Amino acid sequence: MTSRRLEAFQGFGFIVPVILVLFVFTVLPLGYAFVLSLMRVNQLAGTYEFVGLANYQLALNDPRVHTALMNTLRYVIIVVPTQTAIALIMAVALNSGIKFQKTFRTVYFLPTLTSSSALTMIFMFLFAVNGPANDLLVGLGFIETPINFVQDVRFALNSIMIMNIWATVPFYMTIYLAALQDVPDTLYEAASLDGANSWQKLTKITIPNVVPVTNFVLLMGIIGCFQVFDQAFIVSAGSGGPANATLTFSLVIYQYAFMVIGTMGYAATLAIILAAIIFVVSIVARKLNREETLY
Amino acid sequence: MRKSKGWRITLYAILITYGLITLFPFAWAVSASFKTYAEIVGGGLNLIPQNPTLDNFRHILFGHNMFPRWIMNSFIIAGIGTIVNILLNSMAGYSLARLRFPGRGIIFYAILAAITIPGQILLIPNFLIMRSLGMLDTFGALIIPTAVNFTYIFMMRQFFVNFPREVEEAAKVDGLSSTMTFFRIVFPMARASIATQGIFVFMSFWNEFLRPLLYLASPQNFPITLGLRSFQDQNVSWWNYIMAGSLLSILPIIGLYIVLNKYFMTGFRIGGDK
Repeated sequence: MTSRRLEAFQGFGFIVPVILVLFVFTVLPLGYAFVLSLMRVNQLAGTYEFVGLANYQLALNDPRVHTALMNTLRYVIIVVPTQTAIALIMAVALNSGIKFQKTFRTVYFLPTLTSSSALTMIFMFLFAVNGPANDLLVGLGFIETPINFVQDVRFALNSIMIMNIWATVPFYMTIYLAALQDVPDTLYEAASLDGANSWQKLTKITIPNVVPVTNFVLLMGIIGCFQVFDQAFIVSAGSGGPANATLTFSLVIYQYAFMVIGTMGYAATLAIILAAIIFVVSIVARKLNREETLY
Repeated sequence: MRKSKGWRITLYAILITYGLITLFPFAWAVSASFKTYAEIVGGGLNLIPQNPTLDNFRHILFGHNMFPRWIMNSFIIAGIGTIVNILLNSMAGYSLARLRFPGRGIIFYAILAAITIPGQILLIPNFLIMRSLGMLDTFGALIIPTAVNFTYIFMMRQFFVNFPREVEEAAKVDGLSSTMTFFRIVFPMARASIATQGIFVFMSFWNEFLRPLLYLASPQNFPITLGLRSFQDQNVSWWNYIMAGSLLSILPIIGLYIVLNKYFMTGFRIGGDK
């Protein structure tokens, strides 16, 4: 009996720190977020005023939120499928019995190791007015005058997208590679005997066999892209400019919470809306992926 | 798989092209870090600097009053954060896998549920909680809320569930208490799982941007990810210093990657298993 009690004591003792963190920094703030979303918060005066669903109503008619949502949706729609497709293709290429696999893999992995902050700096340098990309484009005669990519409404968000794809592909590629190594060789051998070509093997064997991984990659990609913040913040110095071109949903939440006075409750509302959108989109994406690969 | 020669060539062309795309930005960053500011802004597409110089590195390491401190701060935050995570995640994983106590099931499901909550929703409330705890502008604000990681607790639990019970029983026969058994016998045998979570936890602390931005106000408390921005003001971007600083900030992680390469791959198998 005592040993049983000792075990319970030890078991509980081992997990107490986790319970504390879980409660104070996850459960409590989760409830707090919903409460805040029903409040008008004045940080300076320290007052909390109950306003019901007014913040949610406000969000529906806020042009900055609309812009941020459109930017973010565009970001997700372009970045997620592109990075997933490139990751899969590169993983298949790496997995097709080539030489120097480890060397390629090591090189490819570099962007994943690098912080978003250092990467953004490197890309800002590459695409600066007097940076290498402009020098190259002008030198080759593609453009006459240098383009200020990150300050130009047409290019700012696209530049961040390219950077994001470049930076996250290796991570997903490595996940795919691990999964591909688990696809039984016998499937490919049987397909070869039946006279299948490489394309057929890819679409009929490889892709259907990694559906769970694709689901995982899509899910991670959607969650990550909807929450894109660091790059947009660094490129625009927090403003979301030029002309709101890099205003992402997370950035607008940050601005309302910490740069504008008196809209913290509203920002909490937007965070909840973002979480809800992520949740719904993730479910839809999983459904689509499953249906597509049934055939 | 037998493939034609043309196919082989295409394959290598794709692989090499992608490799070049990956290396291109880094190559320019390295090049700029050895160039003078004048040469960088003067244009010219020479990857090899005309007059290679170490002045940029010398300046940020020895002539700058904050840069070394930011690097040190990053090491302190990521170092302490990682050690605490390894210890607490492993203990929690062991507890969930092996020890019976009331409420274990509920806690396990709460942890699984917590993994799926998007971080954005917790950001503002956590900021307010930090403020009322008086922890703003301290390393504690960064370390304590992420002192445990629910994903790696789950991973450690899976590891310990499959851990041979005989080892623990033998230790018990030898008269070790179960707490001692964990720390002396079980914990050291979980080396691979610990290395895997250690790497990824360290990397996420080291590379973090948003939470430091939110919680830290004084430049002397900044980690390197925040500090890098200060070489850039309204009018001038000191690309020579920014590139040298960015590259130095990547080095520790690259070092980790080289030394502990095999554990990086284990991490991805776990990721892919979901």
